Amino acid sequence: MATPLTPILTAHWDDPDSFTIDGYSRHGGYDALPKALAMEPDAVIGLVKDTGLRGRGGAGFPTGLKWSFVPQNDGKPHYLVVNADESEPGACKDMPLLMANPHALVEGIIITCYAIRARHAFIYVRGEVPHAIRRVAAAVREAYQAGHIGTNIHGSGFDLDVVVHSGAGAYICGEETALLDSLEGRRGQPRLKPPFPAVAGLYASPTVVNNVETISNIPYIIRNGVDWFRQFGTEKSPGFKLFSVSGHVRSPGVYEAPLGITMRELIDYAGGMREGSELKFWVPGGSSVPMLTAEHLDLPMTYEAMAEAGTMLGTATPMVFDQTVSVVKTVTRWLEFYKHESCGKCTPCREGTSWMTGLLETFEAGHGQESDLQIIDDICHQIAGRSFCALGDAAATPFPGAMKYFRDEFVAGTHTSADDAFNPVASTVLAGASTR
Amino acid sequence: MTATIPVPADSSPPPVDGVSITVDGVPMTVPKGTMIIRAAEQIGVEVPRFCDHPLLDPVAACRMCLVEIEGQGKPQPACAVAASEGMSVKTQRTSEMAELAQRGVMEFLLINHPLDCPVCDKGGECPLQNQAMEHGRSESRFDLEKRHFDKPINLSAQILLDRERCVSCARCTRFSEQIAGDPLIELFERGSKQQVGIAEDRPFDSYFSGNTVQVCPVGALTSSQYRFRSRPFDLVSVPTVCEHCSSGCGLRTDVRRSTVLRRLAWDTPEVNEEWNCDKGRFAFAHAATPEFDTPLVRGDDGILHAATWPEALERVAEGLADARGRSAVLTGGRLTLEDSLAYSKFARAVLGTDDVDFRARPHSTEEADFLASVVAGSGLGVTYDQLENAPVVVLAGLDPEEESPIVFLRLRKAARKRQLPIASIAAWATPGLGKMFGTLLPTAPGAEGEALSALARGGDTLGSDGRRIAALLNEPGAVILVGERLATCTGALSAAAALAHTTGARLAWIPRRAGERGAVEAGLLPGLLPGGRSLADAQSRAEVAAAWGVSVDDLPTKVGREVDAIVEAARAGAYNALVVAGVDPFDTRRPDDVIAALEAVPFLVSIEVRPSAVTEFADVVLPVSTITQRAGTFVDWEGRTRVFGQVFRTSLALTDARVLAMIADELDRPVGRQDVAGMRKEAAALAPSGSGRREVPSVAASSVSASSGQAVVSTWHHLLDEGTLQRGDDDLAATARTAVARVSAATARAAGLTDFVTLSTDAGSLDLPVVVTDMPDGVVWLPTNSHNSNVRRVLGVDHGAIVSLASGGGA
Repeated sequence: MATPLTPILTAHWDDPDSFTIDGYSRHGGYDALPKALAMEPDAVIGLVKDTGLRGRGGAGFPTGLKWSFVPQNDGKPHYLVVNADESEPGACKDMPLLMANPHALVEGIIITCYAIRARHAFIYVRGEVPHAIRRVAAAVREAYQAGHIGTNIHGSGFDLDVVVHSGAGAYICGEETALLDSLEGRRGQPRLKPPFPAVAGLYASPTVVNNVETISNIPYIIRNGVDWFRQFGTEKSPGFKLFSVSGHVRSPGVYEAPLGITMRELIDYAGGMREGSELKFWVPGGSSVPMLTAEHLDLPMTYEAMAEAGTMLGTATPMVFDQTVSVVKTVTRWLEFYKHESCGKCTPCREGTSWMTGLLETFEAGHGQESDLQIIDDICHQIAGRSFCALGDAAATPFPGAMKYFRDEFVAGTHTSADDAFNPVASTVLAGASTR
Repeated sequence: MTATIPVPADSSPPPVDGVSITVDGVPMTVPKGTMIIRAAEQIGVEVPRFCDHPLLDPVAACRMCLVEIEGQGKPQPACAVAASEGMSVKTQRTSEMAELAQRGVMEFLLINHPLDCPVCDKGGECPLQNQAMEHGRSESRFDLEKRHFDKPINLSAQILLDRERCVSCARCTRFSEQIAGDPLIELFERGSKQQVGIAEDRPFDSYFSGNTVQVCPVGALTSSQYRFRSRPFDLVSVPTVCEHCSSGCGLRTDVRRSTVLRRLAWDTPEVNEEWNCDKGRFAFAHAATPEFDTPLVRGDDGILHAATWPEALERVAEGLADARGRSAVLTGGRLTLEDSLAYSKFARAVLGTDDVDFRARPHSTEEADFLASVVAGSGLGVTYDQLENAPVVVLAGLDPEEESPIVFLRLRKAARKRQLPIASIAAWATPGLGKMFGTLLPTAPGAEGEALSALARGGDTLGSDGRRIAALLNEPGAVILVGERLATCTGALSAAAALAHTTGARLAWIPRRAGERGAVEAGLLPGLLPGGRSLADAQSRAEVAAAWGVSVDDLPTKVGREVDAIVEAARAGAYNALVVAGVDPFDTRRPDDVIAALEAVPFLVSIEVRPSAVTEFADVVLPVSTITQRAGTFVDWEGRTRVFGQVFRTSLALTDARVLAMIADELDRPVGRQDVAGMRKEAAALAPSGSGRREVPSVAASSVSASSGQAVVSTWHHLLDEGTLQRGDDDLAATARTAVARVSAATARAAGLTDFVTLSTDAGSLDLPVVVTDMPDGVVWLPTNSHNSNVRRVLGVDHGAIVSLASGGGA
């Protein structure tokens, strides 16, 4: 029996005005707000804690717990910063959400700020998506006009300002402390922790940084309660999740399903593999998590099951690759991305990614030295766990994962180029195999 | 005075909770908050590092110092993890995890590093080289093409950057941002393209830029001065003390083949920590070549001729024979304590005159009284540590960044680390005050005394800032710092002393020149004898005569004249002879008068290092050693004795004290050999005894005001300007601040000023660009001795004088 899809955040994306305040309100939007404002802030935090909601940005940190770290009555301003810097290769869930349902985020922000006693929220949107920035900015404007944001919101005495901030196009700025530096007008590079943002974040004040999807969950949780939320998913991975399925499936897109759904089911929802296509490998959560193969298709997509399989759920944005794809080329492309996006602060990531990329390119071109495979593996180990932030760890992930299942392809890279072994056209829609 | 043992009264930090940890199995207790890398150093374990620097905030960027902490799955940066109770740390000596992590990082650091060690300035003293030998592979596994950049590029006229060598440790950028407050260099680009750079048209013209070369752990930053000049192992290093200002920086002077090639800041925690300013670092060409090989004697032809020492001394003896009681001694600010003592003795015991004054600059009787009563013989007073821990510091007539840069760094540190409130009594908020997060108490020139008195009365007339500062001044440990230019602000020094008395705040005088505090201690002021003794006091005279081994009857009893009065007297024919040493007439308020005096006096002895405006008129020029040819002592503004060694030990050049001893012998009034050791003994014998202290002055404050078309001059020196000791360092000079004239918007409007202003007096005029600045009306500020802005030389006036303003045509 297939796990049913659970359209909640995505329920009304087909409405022509889903992104407007009217479209949102028509389906109960902004009903959660008065309910939350009638609660004690700590009760809101408690409720979110009870749902077991985990951060949807990749790390899966319990959201309510994060909020509870913010010291109260400390006399300092508090800030909520929404991380909408989605830039992970393969991840495409936050941008559609911002395009189709920005008011869920806005309502979530208001409730969250009320809970953590923040009077100022920032939405940090990656700079390359002006259309999404316009949507969010318009939603914020509408919410101001409706009195959901501003001073003395609906007579509650609660004041809030929301600022939409455009990033300048750096993957590192998705790392929460680098994001804060960028937001403060500095060069985006990760900060030393401790102090953690909950204690000294934006402008050295207590700050909560949450992912778009995480915050967008909040209105639905307030509206429907803990038990409703926990009916989805598993004990350790409660709730529903946006899965953006991309690659060699017939209908790539965002599918909202309970955590615990399997990849096989998701591929089915996405119309199955494209014509004549056979699954070769897939990654559950963007390029930063180790790859899996067909043998893992029936594992539940939960934080815990993915960890057990030696990978991570990450952003839950699976990429699906069929037999036409060169693993060497894929891993090389990913590493080129990490090399390009390495912020340069720490030595392992700065030097390791560029060295590794240089070596991988020799394999892609078909003149790699087999002994270099050991060096690349060493480089990964010299980065993993030693870089300043998790982005270095991410860069060290693809190669060992690929070597586990496809060592032969790398060895073939000592004499045959990736393009000779895998016709690049065959993996594209131009191959003649219809994707729909 | 050399016997004065520095006793840092309350400099020891308050007790901190200890935490017990083990490093490589060795148990230890360290103060809470201590980083692991510092704790390991205490047992002699050096965890390799690049970005770490004990005086910079941790950044943990290079990842070289990764160590294993029991219970943590990943290696942790020792530079950024504070020791916590029970922590067990294993360094590379006992942990494979740490050792492997460090080797990995070292391999990464080297893959793109050029193999140009044989031509790199850093080779031989390079942390990367040294640590690569210890923690690196003997052969590289990297055979791709290394990263390339154009090399080198200029960050400023004197700092060059070789980006290929950079390991992105960010020590230089953090130094500039955190320590100097000049974030003129920053990391740009990302990943392996990351590089240090400057903004367009905004070079790295920080007064402290040279420190970045010193803290760079590779050869990425070099100075134009030292680049490609030497190998470190060919250098002989001598610990020295900087001669440029009264900060008292400990330096290391590096010499090869009788040439000074570079100077570095020497680790002196109680004074300059590990920093110094660019003037101290780069301006040493002045001492490079002594200009005189032999004494010079003016012949009948009116020309100076080379002479032997016996000839010259004989001529001096003739000239001084009938000068006893009819002579004066003028000294400048360059003298060591030993030499100042020798002049003090020579004037009194040999020439029988009290007409002696070291202040070859604007001065006043009030200042002399202040120095004699408050400063002289006061020993180690306010210290750098006390500044750092004070509840408030009030600056009166002092811009530390320009006049005593290490004081500035220490104040900025305290302001940044513990929000030390700093207030400045000055005409405008200088960049330095901004970097100290200080408050301006806006004060027109001449009104400084009134402002200080207002603080003593609770600060009400100075607004809310004034009230806040006045209240803080009553707290224990509060400090008032007064600068050189208060000498010319009538009543200001009196008011400062009174303010200190009223509030209990401590008072310190920060002169600009390295030798001034020593000159005060040596009694180079009329009426003042060594150790703060008074000439007017019989007991003092007896003590001094005994220490000098002369009869008390040989000492004058009449209090002598000050510089201005000496100049007047010389022009009026009151003297048979003048002895002048280290004086630049253009440093004085009326240079023309000084030159006229030098011309008028029948016999002029110039004891000098190099040709000057004085030697031009001298009858005999006696050459003395440069700063590198002699050992000596400076007394810094704190009153701390700063002893330095002789850089060129084989130099035959003589100190001033030795030359004076030879003259005294020739005059049959022997004063002993007067070598450095002897003078230090004499200094000890003349330590303050408490007898004969002069009264603290109480001169009423008065103020000046300008009428229409005029303005009151506010002026002080830029750190880098046309000072004598900075000659010959073009790259350093290129980083100096441009001279501008500052006026308020109202003043500019009233005088119709747009782009340029012409300032004029009866002596001359200056044309300067105008910068409208938030400052009192009717005041114009300009630097004292910068290019195109030589206030004393051209205008013949100084701080507090009136000048005419007119719209200028441009320079």
